[in-house]
Amino acid sequence: MSTSPDSLTHRPAPGAGQIRKGLTLSSLNWLGVAPFFLFALLFLILPTTTLMIGAFQDANGHFTLGNIARLFDDNILSAYWISFKVSAASALGGTVIGLALALAAIQGGLPQWIRPTLMTFSGVASNFAGIPLSFAFLATLGRMGLVTVLLRDYADFDLYSTGFSILSFLGLTLTYLYFQIPLMVLIVTPAIDGLRAEWREACESLGGNSVAYWWHIALPILWPSILGSALLLFANAFGAVATAYALTGSSLNIVPILLYAQIRGDVLHDQNLGYALALGMIVVTGLSNAGYIWLRSRAERGRE
Amino acid sequence: MKSTSRLGAWVAIAIGTLYFLLPLIATFEFSLKMNRDGYSFEAYKVVLADPGFQATFGYSTLMAVLTIIVGILLVVPTAYWIQLKLPRLRPLVEFITLLPLVIPAIVIVFGYLKLYNSSSWLPLTGNERATDLLLMCSYVTLALPYLYRSVDAGLRAIDVRTLTEAAESLGASWPSILLQVIFPNVKSAILSGAFLTFAVVIGEFTMASLLGRPAFGPYLQLIGSNRAYEPSALAIIAFMVTWAAMGLIQVFARNARPARKTA
Repeated sequence: MSTSPDSLTHRPAPGAGQIRKGLTLSSLNWLGVAPFFLFALLFLILPTTTLMIGAFQDANGHFTLGNIARLFDDNILSAYWISFKVSAASALGGTVIGLALALAAIQGGLPQWIRPTLMTFSGVASNFAGIPLSFAFLATLGRMGLVTVLLRDYADFDLYSTGFSILSFLGLTLTYLYFQIPLMVLIVTPAIDGLRAEWREACESLGGNSVAYWWHIALPILWPSILGSALLLFANAFGAVATAYALTGSSLNIVPILLYAQIRGDVLHDQNLGYALALGMIVVTGLSNAGYIWLRSRAERGRE
Repeated sequence: MKSTSRLGAWVAIAIGTLYFLLPLIATFEFSLKMNRDGYSFEAYKVVLADPGFQATFGYSTLMAVLTIIVGILLVVPTAYWIQLKLPRLRPLVEFITLLPLVIPAIVIVFGYLKLYNSSSWLPLTGNERATDLLLMCSYVTLALPYLYRSVDAGLRAIDVRTLTEAAESLGASWPSILLQVIFPNVKSAILSGAFLTFAVVIGEFTMASLLGRPAFGPYLQLIGSNRAYEPSALAIIAFMVTWAAMGLIQVFARNARPARKTA
């Protein structure tokens, strides 16, 4: 925003409800936001920056790329790979199923009460993560879980003989979906609400069927929102610690758990390698969030 | 055409309902099986009577309340000031409040341990009270995205400038403008941010565990690795706490709407 000289008036015209850009910035004005910036600096920016710097230092504080290079060790690379797979699978599943649920509730012609119920439940379930969630899935799909036992007793089907385990890649993905799907419902709903009824009517009056409407109109409008949401879900799963830790202990080698173990007991025997591990996580979640923000601004621009 | 799409919608909702209700039913059923001779609430009795549960749940509740108070005192004046005096800073502040969603909690707490260890310039992990303070600040950080978004939306919905000028012309001081004019007008936005913060903080594990404080999250993990039926009872309790927090948000949001229309 450029500031023209005459916009530098201290007070706006009488009765102006709109906030004028480019007010005179006295030091008093800055004082008003100082506590916030001080807080952000102390508890968000400095701690993260110091880790990033540590990732490029050796134990004596000299510059090195050795920590970054060691991220490509087999053990660590496989942790990143499993993390990537779990996050990608739960993001993909969450995106598709969440979108289907949101579409069904908003545009499916279902009774009125379905939508607010789904929204409230999504608010609860997207926050029902962490340790209680892992307890719930152990009680459902664990070795003695309700579904496992019911399948064994009534359908004569031993889930665990198929190689399934709640402590595995598939088990963790299924568990993550419990907070990923509701999160998708919450973030994609505004985009679906943005689809105007006139567009469908226009399509129908031109002889287009439902498939044509979705393929040529709705999906092209929705896709930045859908892809952006998928990226947000990916980052959400990539940084999650508690659910995986309580579910699998240290048996599944994913990055957040490796980092947790490193902080608790210095398993890598190298503090600076831990910093590099953290930097790797920030890069992954940062890139996917940047993608989300970019796609969201595209989607908003498209709607204007 | 219409009826097939409605059928598809019903199928989607039915499968979704099954997926989301089954774990809750299974957990509840399992939590009732502590007594061999039939269903009972024995696991809940054991859990609620456990001094460890009372202590950690109390600790986390206190932490959540402090987090909400400090968070509100930090966020409301900032969002107000940005709206009134420094709108050019809005993108920067919004970006900062989004960062806790980008940087994983485990990375943030790792940074604290490096920056504030007992031999550093600000040894916040040196003694228990200081670590409590650090944990609370870490929770305020985690809550920033939710609190700021909700307060900022509330402030945008009212005419901050006119309200402020009216209060100023009546001779109100800055603290009383904030406390008596701005706060009451964004009360429902603040409350919904506060309940969301409560839901996030009450069972938080990573920060509390790595800072070594006796919070509810680490207690849950401990019980989970040692007991059979209590974890299920705790999961149901945690779910009900989350549900209560979200339900209260709905209640306040509903109460706020007609009030705003008549204003």
